[in-house]
Amino acid sequence: MLSIKNLHASIDGKEILRGINLEIKAGEIHAIMGPNGSGKSTLSAVLAGRAEYEVTEGEVIFNGKNLLELSPEDRAREGVFLAFQYPVEIPGVSNINFLKTALNEIRAYKGLGPIEAKDFLALVKEKQKLVELDGKLANRSVNEGFSGGEKKRNEIFQMAMLEPQLAILDETDSGLDIDALRIVAGGVNKLKSKDNATVVITHYQRLLDYIVPDVVHVLYKGKIVKSGPKELALELEEKGYDFIKDEIGA
Amino acid sequence: METLAKISTTENILKLIEGSAVPSWMGIAQQRSALDAFSLVGIPNRKSEEYKYVNIELLLKGNFSLSGFDKITNQQLETAAFLKDAILIVVENGVYNKTHSSSSLPKGLEIVDISEASSNTIFQEHFAKYAAINSDPFIALNTALALGGVFVHVAKNAVIETPIHIIHLSSISENTILNYRNLIVLEENAQLTLIESYEKIDSSAKLFGNALTEIVVAASAIVDHYKIQDEGDSGNLISTTQVIQKKQSNFSTHVFTLSGLMVRNNLTIVLDDQHIETQLNGLYITNGNQVVDNHTLVDHRKPNCNSTELYKGIIEDKSSATFNGKIYVRKDAQKTNAFQSNKNILLSDDGTINTKPQLEIYADDVKCSHGTSTGKLDEDKIFYLRARGISEASAKKLLMHAFASEVVDTVKVEALKEYIEANISKRFE
Ligand SMILES: Nc1ncnc2c1ncn2[C@@H]1O[C@H](COP(=O)(O)OP(=O)(O)O)[C@@H](O)[C@H]1O
Ligand SMILES: [Mg+2]
Repeated sequence: MLSIKNLHASIDGKEILRGINLEIKAGEIHAIMGPNGSGKSTLSAVLAGRAEYEVTEGEVIFNGKNLLELSPEDRAREGVFLAFQYPVEIPGVSNINFLKTALNEIRAYKGLGPIEAKDFLALVKEKQKLVELDGKLANRSVNEGFSGGEKKRNEIFQMAMLEPQLAILDETDSGLDIDALRIVAGGVNKLKSKDNATVVITHYQRLLDYIVPDVVHVLYKGKIVKSGPKELALELEEKGYDFIKDEIGA
Repeated sequence: METLAKISTTENILKLIEGSAVPSWMGIAQQRSALDAFSLVGIPNRKSEEYKYVNIELLLKGNFSLSGFDKITNQQLETAAFLKDAILIVVENGVYNKTHSSSSLPKGLEIVDISEASSNTIFQEHFAKYAAINSDPFIALNTALALGGVFVHVAKNAVIETPIHIIHLSSISENTILNYRNLIVLEENAQLTLIESYEKIDSSAKLFGNALTEIVVAASAIVDHYKIQDEGDSGNLISTTQVIQKKQSNFSTHVFTLSGLMVRNNLTIVLDDQHIETQLNGLYITNGNQVVDNHTLVDHRKPNCNSTELYKGIIEDKSSATFNGKIYVRKDAQKTNAFQSNKNILLSDDGTINTKPQLEIYADDVKCSHGTSTGKLDEDKIFYLRARGISEASAKKLLMHAFASEVVDTVKVEALKEYIEANISKRFE
């Protein structure tokens, strides 16, 4: 589904990603772990199409298409979804209007007509339940005045509404208490199918107790320095990132 | 060169006036002193502090007429009457058109052709008493030349439920200077929603409109006032609103500048007693070579009054917008709360925004604040929306609507709000 080869990216002339290689197949869950500043959010931003980052080398193929050539909206329409580490607040744009616009533009891209008002409302209700999002939040302005946890839940709500093929969750667990974590993870698991894939970016292995990955990658200074089964996350938790540094001789 | 140009524009206009038939309903003496006041100052040039961001001399270059009007068709009038549920007042080429205006009026409401109101004692008490001819050359010019307009009177305790819609519709076949004015008087405890719209039938002839509305809000009266300015690419408009508020009254105004080559708003509100509430809201959306200039003055003269002001603008292309917000808090006006905010979004590199809050506070026990901001559309927000599959164009549209909604949401007349929203949507296409 997704194939990243030798991806280099920089911002303001400073190289952040220094040769990433990653293969993700439908039905898989990948975890990416790594210390602060290792480039996790940069990788997700580059995949989502943030223009500030310059890709200097490498390629990203998504379902046979060159992802890097697509606009951010076309990537989303093709099925890439990024749950932001820091979702922005957009006062004056209602969550509902925002989602309806998004859904309809994605549908138009696929040659479908706009969704019926009543089908849309039914969908909102169903997905709200999935992430236990308060109905009042759905009617408010996008993320405005939401708590940290509510913002993260709203990201998963949007993901549930848009049903992407590839979801990248950038530290969706940070700032969540254990109940919220369980709800968010529950939502992700319920949306999981053999046709879609999930990349879980996290700092702590805690989330991986709830969302069990097929593979764990360690990102360090812009490179994936180690990949392994889910037990690798536990090892990281136990020994800290220093053991990776020792292992790779950094 | 500057002085020469000044003399020539003003002299041109004086010559034009001399050679034209000027209506005399305001009384020759009053008109003469107004004309004298105008000649003394003349058309402001760019050195004039109050008009330095609008080049009015340039706009008045060339030949103008005082009577280059075309007949307006019924169809055109119907289109301009965009509110279905309203008491209609048609001011056609500066003159009240009674035939096309609503004839059955609710109890307590009186509408009179301003040029036939001079024998009315209430009219006499208030007419030209607030807009001072020596305070501004366009007030003087208007007081010398106004063709017509309406005098609206709301009796004591009368609550007029249906909004009044004054349609100022103009159609011209040659470049024309048009002066017209209204006087609105609310007696004690009366209530009124007043919508003034300004439109011009599309043509290449340039309109230079000089419109003046005086509004008297007696004790405990409530006025909800709207201006919808939409005269298109060949319309230039000086729009003066002069308001006087008495004890415990409430006046709110909402000024929407949707089009026009040049629009200058002079809005002055005098809070002339205690416990008065005042809200000023404005939204201007400019593009092309448009120049929009909002000058507001809130004059707190007595204690215990509150004023809140919010003006927002979206500036595109080479257009330019000015906001100058004066707040006076006089020595007597203790316990005043006065807040002002002006926020702008600049969509192009060639656009200009001049914003100048001007607070003059002579009382010591007051709460006053002002803030201005000018920025671009937030890239982080645009990206967030695009990352959900929304095109860049729709993302920007959503954000512009969101920005404007803070002002649009202050509109209390639902049908008017829908009209404005639809108009804004069209602008963002
Ligand atoms: N907009 C930016 N401008 C300059 N440097 C940046 C920017 N964004 C990220 N960086 C730098 O890139 C590196 C990686 O950041 P990031 O991808 O956010 O790491 P992580 O998500 O793994 O904590 C850090 O050194 C950070 O300071
Ligand atoms: Mg990060």
